[in-house]
Amino acid sequence: MEPFRRHTGIVVPLDRSHVDTDQIMPKQFLKRIERTGYGEFLFFHWRYRPDGRPDPTFELNGPAYQGATILATGRNFGCGSSREHAVWGLKDYGFRVLIAPSFADIFFHNCIQNGLLPAVVTEEAARAIIDRARTQPGWRLTVDLERQILSDEADLYIEFHIDPQARERLLNGWDDIDLTLLREDRIRAYERRRPKWLPRVSQPSGT
Amino acid sequence: MAPKTLFEKVWEAHVVDEADGRALLYVDLHLVHEVTSPQAFEGLRLTGRRVRRPDLTVATVDHNVPTESRPSPILDAIARRQVEALRENCEIFGVTYFGIESDRQGIVHVIGPELGLTQPGMVIVCGDSHTSTHGAFGALAFGIGTSDVEHVLATQCIWMKKPKTMEIRVEGQLPRGVTAKDLILGIIGRIGVDGAVGHVVEYTGSAIRALSMEGRMTVCNMSIEAGARAGMIAPDATTFAYLESRPFAPRGREWERALAYWQSLPTDPGAAYNKTVVIDAGTMEPYVTWGTRPDQVAPITGRVPDPASLARPEDRAAAERALQYMGLEPGTPIQEIWVDRVFIGSCTNARIEDLRAAAAVVRGRRVHPRVRAMVVPGSTQVKRQAEAEGLDRIFKEAGFEWRESGCSMCLGMNPDILRPGERCASTSNRNFEGRQGPGGRTHLVSPLMAAAAAIAGRFVDIRTWDWDE
Ligand code: SF4
Repeated sequence: MEPFRRHTGIVVPLDRSHVDTDQIMPKQFLKRIERTGYGEFLFFHWRYRPDGRPDPTFELNGPAYQGATILATGRNFGCGSSREHAVWGLKDYGFRVLIAPSFADIFFHNCIQNGLLPAVVTEEAARAIIDRARTQPGWRLTVDLERQILSDEADLYIEFHIDPQARERLLNGWDDIDLTLLREDRIRAYERRRPKWLPRVSQPSGT
Repeated sequence: MAPKTLFEKVWEAHVVDEADGRALLYVDLHLVHEVTSPQAFEGLRLTGRRVRRPDLTVATVDHNVPTESRPSPILDAIARRQVEALRENCEIFGVTYFGIESDRQGIVHVIGPELGLTQPGMVIVCGDSHTSTHGAFGALAFGIGTSDVEHVLATQCIWMKKPKTMEIRVEGQLPRGVTAKDLILGIIGRIGVDGAVGHVVEYTGSAIRALSMEGRMTVCNMSIEAGARAGMIAPDATTFAYLESRPFAPRGREWERALAYWQSLPTDPGAAYNKTVVIDAGTMEPYVTWGTRPDQVAPITGRVPDPASLARPEDRAAAERALQYMGLEPGTPIQEIWVDRVFIGSCTNARIEDLRAAAAVVRGRRVHPRVRAMVVPGSTQVKRQAEAEGLDRIFKEAGFEWRESGCSMCLGMNPDILRPGERCASTSNRNFEGRQGPGGRTHLVSPLMAAAAAIAGRFVDIRTWDWDE
């Protein structure tokens, strides 16, 4: 995975709380067996009208927000279904950073697995960022993961929070499977002491 | 030794290693379905890795299988590709697969328990958020994303930061007609959709102990709707009676050893939780959701709230949006909301006990002429059991459609979807915008309430009806 250090980009505001992953990536796009190509379906039912034309009232469709790479939104972003397709869609669309007062647990973890930075800020800071992105379309923000700072060219300077361990993984672009496979001896030792009566699917005790 | 909670005991028994504030946990059971696994198997192929423990991995198809009939091959080309991909992947990697033709097929969270694969004290994962269901047995069970599915396939382990613990203690007795579903809707209504984020919830108290395993599964299933990482209930005599003689449960001397271990799992007296919420079961009522979040609930005797009456601006805006989407006016009595469709199904409420409860209400009555109602059993086993008990006839005679098992209209990945504007009483777990079809309007209720809504054509207070429990 590509390491994440610093990023500057346009911020698009999505002023809603509890945005669930069914909205981020609706189910009809979960039938694909690929990991790529989800960007065009992101927020599908908010982004497009029933006749298929873009809905001009939806934030992502604003001309000034084209090419946005940072999404600023309300609390509990990514709640609901565990579908990683939501994160694949956000990344494929071009997002590198999400800013919110809180993220749902599974979604947060899926972000880290895909090198997408979920930056946690206070409710007031989120409000300030959303307001600025809204009133100054095309406004750009710099996200510095090493220093955990959000700043713009004017006076905005906000510290964000991220779990230190998640930060470390993003900074280094570490893949979990590689980390785990280094611990093969520990896994084997665990397997040796694991109780024998626990079920195995290939040998049902009934047969 | 310091007293420990159920969660702590299960957690500590599974730590393989620790690093940077995270633990590497060993996974006892990995459940796999067709929607969140193809990219994980693809990852294994690309890196030349194998499935470490195919004997601890079980796959089935549930999310997009047709339930009207079982055409072979599946007519929807893309769904067919996904189901085929899972079958092929299981063959290549040696994973046990319960396909569409298997009598063990069903919704992952229904088949794990009914086959006896789900047992107390286990760590169970699945690429699905409602994996929390299995916590009803005193397992630590949680949903993961596809990258983690790949990780578990390759290593049989999962990294996790230790969550905090939250006790939800429910004392007293649920009134007649008030079910486990109402209890969990009532709890979510109280603590909110992010009320348990970062926590593993343990449900305790006399009202929880009085629940059947089916009821406990309903409660744990919806823990994720409050944002919890997992929900758990201590194993007891009810748990053991349910498990004994299931196909994958231990037998003979192994059963005795397992039992001794399971009996050591309940939370020790004096163990501390990070948070405790106490609920009086006697105050619970039948609930109906009115909005597009599971915490937007009202008692059946209540009304659709006026957004202007909500304290927080954020809740006000969300409620306004929800009412617009749901096509509801503030102040409307819940009992004056008419429904077009009724869906009895999903991993929340499609086990045999749920179908029995719904059938008891339906018996000798007719589905309202304006309503299209369906029952989708949670698994092929549940379907057969229900048919052996004659429940299918009760439903069919009343005008319900009787289906094959699968997720069906819980998320509408198969052909079962609501049309825009259609209103549905559903026993599932999510009322998100478009969940059951774009523009569809979902009201979450218990099986009893859904059955009654099918008959009356609108929401009614089941407590005022006669039915044979
Ligand atoms: S029944 Fe619904 S909630 Fe349960 S696993 Fe299937 S889609 Fe998910």
